[in-house]
Amino acid sequence: MPVVLILGAGSDMAVAIARQFAGKKYDIQLAARNVASLAALEQDVKIRYGVAASSHAFDATDFGSHPAFYQSLPVKPDITICVFGYLGAQEKAQSDWTEAARIIHTNYTGAVSILNIVAEDYAARGAGTIVGISSVAGERGRQSNYIYGSAKAGFTAYLSGLRNRLFHKGVHVLSVQPGFVYTRMTENLPLPPLLTAQPQQVAKDVFNAVKAKKNVIYTKWFWRYIMLIIKSIPEAIFKKLKL
Amino acid sequence: MEKRLANWGNYPAISCDESSFSQEEQVQDFISSHSSIIARGNGRCYGDASLAHHSVSTLKYDKVLAFDTVNGVFECQSGITLDQILEIIVPQGWFLPVTPGTKFITVGGAVASDVHGKNHHVDGSFSGHITEMDVITGNKETITCSAEKEPDLFWATCGGMGLTGIITRVKFDLKKIETAYIHQKQIKAKNLEHLIQLFEEYKAYTYSMAWIDCLQKGDAFGRGILIVGEHARPEELNAQQSKMPLQLADKRKLSVPFNLPSFALNTLTVKAFNWLYYAKNTKQEIDNVIPYEPFFYPLDAILHWNRGYGKAGFVQYQFVLPLEKKEGLVAILRRISDKGWGSFLAVLKVFGVQESLISFPMEGYTLALDFPVRKGLFEFLDELDELVLQYGGRLYLSKDARMKKDIFWNSYPNARKFADIVKTYNSSGLFRSVQSDRLLLTE
Repeated sequence: MPVVLILGAGSDMAVAIARQFAGKKYDIQLAARNVASLAALEQDVKIRYGVAASSHAFDATDFGSHPAFYQSLPVKPDITICVFGYLGAQEKAQSDWTEAARIIHTNYTGAVSILNIVAEDYAARGAGTIVGISSVAGERGRQSNYIYGSAKAGFTAYLSGLRNRLFHKGVHVLSVQPGFVYTRMTENLPLPPLLTAQPQQVAKDVFNAVKAKKNVIYTKWFWRYIMLIIKSIPEAIFKKLKL
Repeated sequence: MEKRLANWGNYPAISCDESSFSQEEQVQDFISSHSSIIARGNGRCYGDASLAHHSVSTLKYDKVLAFDTVNGVFECQSGITLDQILEIIVPQGWFLPVTPGTKFITVGGAVASDVHGKNHHVDGSFSGHITEMDVITGNKETITCSAEKEPDLFWATCGGMGLTGIITRVKFDLKKIETAYIHQKQIKAKNLEHLIQLFEEYKAYTYSMAWIDCLQKGDAFGRGILIVGEHARPEELNAQQSKMPLQLADKRKLSVPFNLPSFALNTLTVKAFNWLYYAKNTKQEIDNVIPYEPFFYPLDAILHWNRGYGKAGFVQYQFVLPLEKKEGLVAILRRISDKGWGSFLAVLKVFGVQESLISFPMEGYTLALDFPVRKGLFEFLDELDELVLQYGGRLYLSKDARMKKDIFWNSYPNARKFADIVKTYNSSGLFRSVQSDRLLLTE
């Protein structure tokens, strides 16, 4: 059975991704800061899908612990999916460095730290798949969430470079650019229903893209075109918009 | 975030701020930061029982915690829906001990409504199969209860419409099956008298219910079809079915994509539908083996069938009358038939004996039918309520959206005792819904 490691397994998107892969008979490794909070999900995928599952403590912002974390996994995963992220509060982060640093370190630095380790292992083995859940917010900075957006932009660029490097080693890197998704993280935001995906939809798209060895996917798919339009607005005009 | 929220009947719709949780601590945070809340599952109760200005959705709290495939014991978080449970247990040779007519309800909702099924006269309601459950009460404490342990909390939670707290974990016994099929019989009844006779004649069957065409008058008054069934044994399956006897039924679904205009269901179309339904059974008796899904969940095959009633919504009226008050059933059905405000579907079932604190079922006849919301409807239903009360019956809170408080207090014999227990566990009135406020259960 191939094994999938899910980093940041506490989120709604991670639950959906774990169930999607378990439903296709992948064994599941769940990793999150609060390992006790993973017990129910671990049981859930075992019972629903009859696969093996395990839970592991992982703190994205405790960079020093990452080598030991990866070393301690009972088996090395065939697929590593980096799901963790932190939206944070933009206004607070503008003046409060603790909040800004948390956003940057969760979405960017932490991801680079752990994926560097996974990438080394996969490069040495000449096999493996790395999936990074980034965000369309990283494609153009907007006043409403540019600290989160810039961290995701860094992550997107990292994944792109990683793909370029690991392609030559037989390792697949998939960048996932979700638009709006209905999760606990966004439940207090007024999201437009037609543009917003359910976590299950994102999970399905991720699974299919892993199978098809895609490079970059948008989910829902039309976000690719929405972002194309947003990116094509001249900066002179863009800066005047309230986005 | 404020949004318009309604349950299955699309009436009433209120402005609501709904939050969700996936860990128990999140519920406790939510309790601390709100002065009134109600738990809400999949929104399949018909009326206002799970509506409040602040509701907390259990749908993300949906993990399976344990499944003993040898003894048939299932343990889960409260937000998982019955359709997900069936997908897990049926292939292992187990079935739900009790299931209502839709599988799109959560386990928490099954407990809070203490749901019944076609097997009530044999197996009772859902509460009878719960071995234990956890409820987070008003003081943020998680209490494990069962019929033996903290029985007050247990019995006030079963059928208690969420007023004792938030149900988080439920452990219950399953029913052993050998196949995923039902051996069913459908018998035509020419009128109500005949139908009730058939119920008596077929009462040994585990599952039974009847469909009534309540628009019929004269000799055919109350004509209908009695549907009974048993879980099929392997030797009853045909060659095709025998290949995979526990295989789940096909998943293709139809859907009503938007609210139909309200004139789509009028007396004429309902009459035509009812006639077709009755006439499709060309033989006096049908006897066949079918997958469990169309037997238990015929309407689940049409997603969003509630939209068929249009934007104004509908109420489902379900009452129960004591067994000896058959004349009450006739009287009420006659009023409905005379009014002609029709019903897409009227379902009759005979309940077995049940002693409970606040659950709906009691030994007798229960009838359920839909009424599209229209001018004058509530006055008419108030008149029916009086009749129900007069014959010693009561209404199902899970279907209710409009009952007057006196009807509730006079028809549920343990209403006062229930309200007192609710006060113990929910002393500040934290858990309250539009319904509980209307019925003055949470003053």
